[in-house]
Amino acid sequence: MAPITFLEAIRQAMFEEMAADPRVVLIGEDVGVYGGAFKTSEGLLEKFGWERVIDTPISESAIIGAACGMSYLGLRPIAEMQFIDFIACCFNQLTNFVAKGHYLWNAPAPIVVRGPSGGGVHGGPFHSLNPEMYFLHTPGFKIVYPSTPYDAKGLLKSSIRDNNPVLFFEHKFLYRRIKEEIPSDDYTLPLGKAIVRREGKHLTILSYAAMMHTSLEAADALAKEGIEAEVIDLRTLLPLDEETILASVKKTNKCLVVHEDTKTGGIAGEISAILFEKAFHDLDGPLVRVASLDTPVPYAPTLEEAFLPNAQKVFVAAKDLARF
Amino acid sequence: MPVSETPAKPKKLSHQQYLDLYYYMRLNREVEDAMTRLFRQNKIVGGLYASLGQEAISVGTAYALERRDWMAPMIRNIGALLVKGVPPRDIFTQHMAKYTSPTKGKDGTSHFGDLDNLHIVSPISMLGDLIPVMTGVAMAGRYLGQKIVAMTWIGDGGSSTGVFHEGLNLAASQKAALVLILENNLWAYSTPVRRQVPIENLADRAKAYGISSYIVDGNDVVAVYTTAKEAVERARAGEGPILIEAKTFRRRGHAQHDPAEYVPKDQRAYWEKRDPIIVYEKFLIDEKLLDGKGKKEIEDKIVALLEKDREFAENSPMPPPETANQGVYCTGPECHDLQPKWERPVDELLPPKSCVDPVWIIEGFGRGVSSAGGNAPIHFGDVPPAVAAEKAAASARAKSLAKSAPPPPAKKAAPKKSAKPAKKGGR
Repeated sequence: MAPITFLEAIRQAMFEEMAADPRVVLIGEDVGVYGGAFKTSEGLLEKFGWERVIDTPISESAIIGAACGMSYLGLRPIAEMQFIDFIACCFNQLTNFVAKGHYLWNAPAPIVVRGPSGGGVHGGPFHSLNPEMYFLHTPGFKIVYPSTPYDAKGLLKSSIRDNNPVLFFEHKFLYRRIKEEIPSDDYTLPLGKAIVRREGKHLTILSYAAMMHTSLEAADALAKEGIEAEVIDLRTLLPLDEETILASVKKTNKCLVVHEDTKTGGIAGEISAILFEKAFHDLDGPLVRVASLDTPVPYAPTLEEAFLPNAQKVFVAAKDLARF
Repeated sequence: MPVSETPAKPKKLSHQQYLDLYYYMRLNREVEDAMTRLFRQNKIVGGLYASLGQEAISVGTAYALERRDWMAPMIRNIGALLVKGVPPRDIFTQHMAKYTSPTKGKDGTSHFGDLDNLHIVSPISMLGDLIPVMTGVAMAGRYLGQKIVAMTWIGDGGSSTGVFHEGLNLAASQKAALVLILENNLWAYSTPVRRQVPIENLADRAKAYGISSYIVDGNDVVAVYTTAKEAVERARAGEGPILIEAKTFRRRGHAQHDPAEYVPKDQRAYWEKRDPIIVYEKFLIDEKLLDGKGKKEIEDKIVALLEKDREFAENSPMPPPETANQGVYCTGPECHDLQPKWERPVDELLPPKSCVDPVWIIEGFGRGVSSAGGNAPIHFGDVPPAVAAEKAAASARAKSLAKSAPPPPAKKAAPKKSAKPAKKGGR
């Protein structure tokens, strides 16, 4: 099979799930005739019709509310945020109603909320968000943030089939920049399973989404200096694959977390706490964070470049950590 | 300049229906009186929210639903829960946070639901959120071919939320079978409706969504029921969402802690004289639908039921602490096997039958009653103005209701019952 883009992987996952299961519907802004702002739903309307591909008014709370209500009758709606930044508009609907339903009144809401996230494309402060930590703190969600077309397709399929609300973030920097050959069969990937992208023994780099590729680039540079970094792609942030993280840190004794989300309150802090609780005696150095600045995402290319982590920043931080 | 429709003239109900309405209103009040006593004995864990004086709305509206229909009440709609089939013991155990309660102590008050049997969606405290949720319920019902109606309630206070607008607009654009009861009880906590909203009739907002609305005396249970019944039938027939404003008064405070001293004495006195149960009981006796013996039988039945259910609740255990950490996630099919009830051929939703031409303009889509009048000086330009005027005239002539619920992008607009030619000084 010819290699496909990240975008195409998303489209295929939705297409195949909708073809296989009439419970699956897509609801969002401009998802129908237009095929989505990034064309992730191109061709779905033609194939599945008006009842299954639903264009809505600009009403994120209504999109999530309606998706949730539909799920109560046994459907499996995919709700698209045109840009993930707009998920803030339906924060209440998600955190107070959707996420709490199963715990409070035994009402699972099998919906997937997905959309393009992340920076690096000069989208400015309202089109570049990494929203994962707003929701990681809310019990009841699963949070997926893939880094490759293969993962995106397999994880999206699992998310659609999951009985819980899944927040599925698609890093838009990756949409058209990476291509990958993927199997033609109906494969899925389990939620909550990280993967070792590169084996190494001197230190562990934990990352996900676009920063996973940055981390691999840095690992190549580190290897030239004789530092073998083990790079782990978290893939799912909730549930977090503690087992894979702890096994790697036990081996390398050093841990660096790279995320594109802003530094304060980012997932590196949570991972740091887990390592202190469960791997304190395995650590030979401090947990090091490479993350974005604690500011809104700025617009100018020079500012955004300063804001975001990059391979050079990861390389420098990893080299410092390796000295311990 | 009212734009709402006058409710249908109360039809004669069957004797049993008259008595049912009486029974449920009495049960509603007695359940709440019992809970007030429990509250004073410190047996209610959290707050207690009364619907005293508003029973006719909860009971009359819910009584218009069929068993297959769905509802999402607000915290004060205890009467709606009882009508739908919730036993009083569930309401007692919920308020007392008992392990035997529907939420096993995870939430209190009327915050519980039942997806499988009674088709009740749990209320939450963030008002308005249930409007899009119930819109989704109605959309899924249509998708599955179930011909259900979704009903939910909002107050004068909750009608100011953003999600009220988002939900009602989505419902209108989707022509979802949603009946929204706007219980205008004149007070949002301590803020009178006249300080919240600069219009006299909240039902007038329906016009902005292109949907039908009614205004009804919320203390007249027969009028409430008859209006709700008509709205439910119209929604089921595919006319889209309908808003009913029921005018009433909140006779207790926001919750038990609030003596509501901010309410003017004459306003309270006016509404106390219009107590929905006393007024209705007098009607039943005058019409010889109820006598002393019949009344006593109903009272005895309620007393026995509440005694049994209150005792059950009081004797129930509190939830074991270890359950606090259970149930955040559904663990899979063994936890919930989520299968819809299809009442239409599934192949209609799969290729090749589901394939369509992706066109931009769909005739009739989302076109509501107010915009069908054809009185717009500037036209959208999607059809020639002459054609639009012709269509408006044709739809004014059409009197019949839509036959069945069309999918949202139906090829033909459902004829609007209320699409009349614009009158001088109003629609």
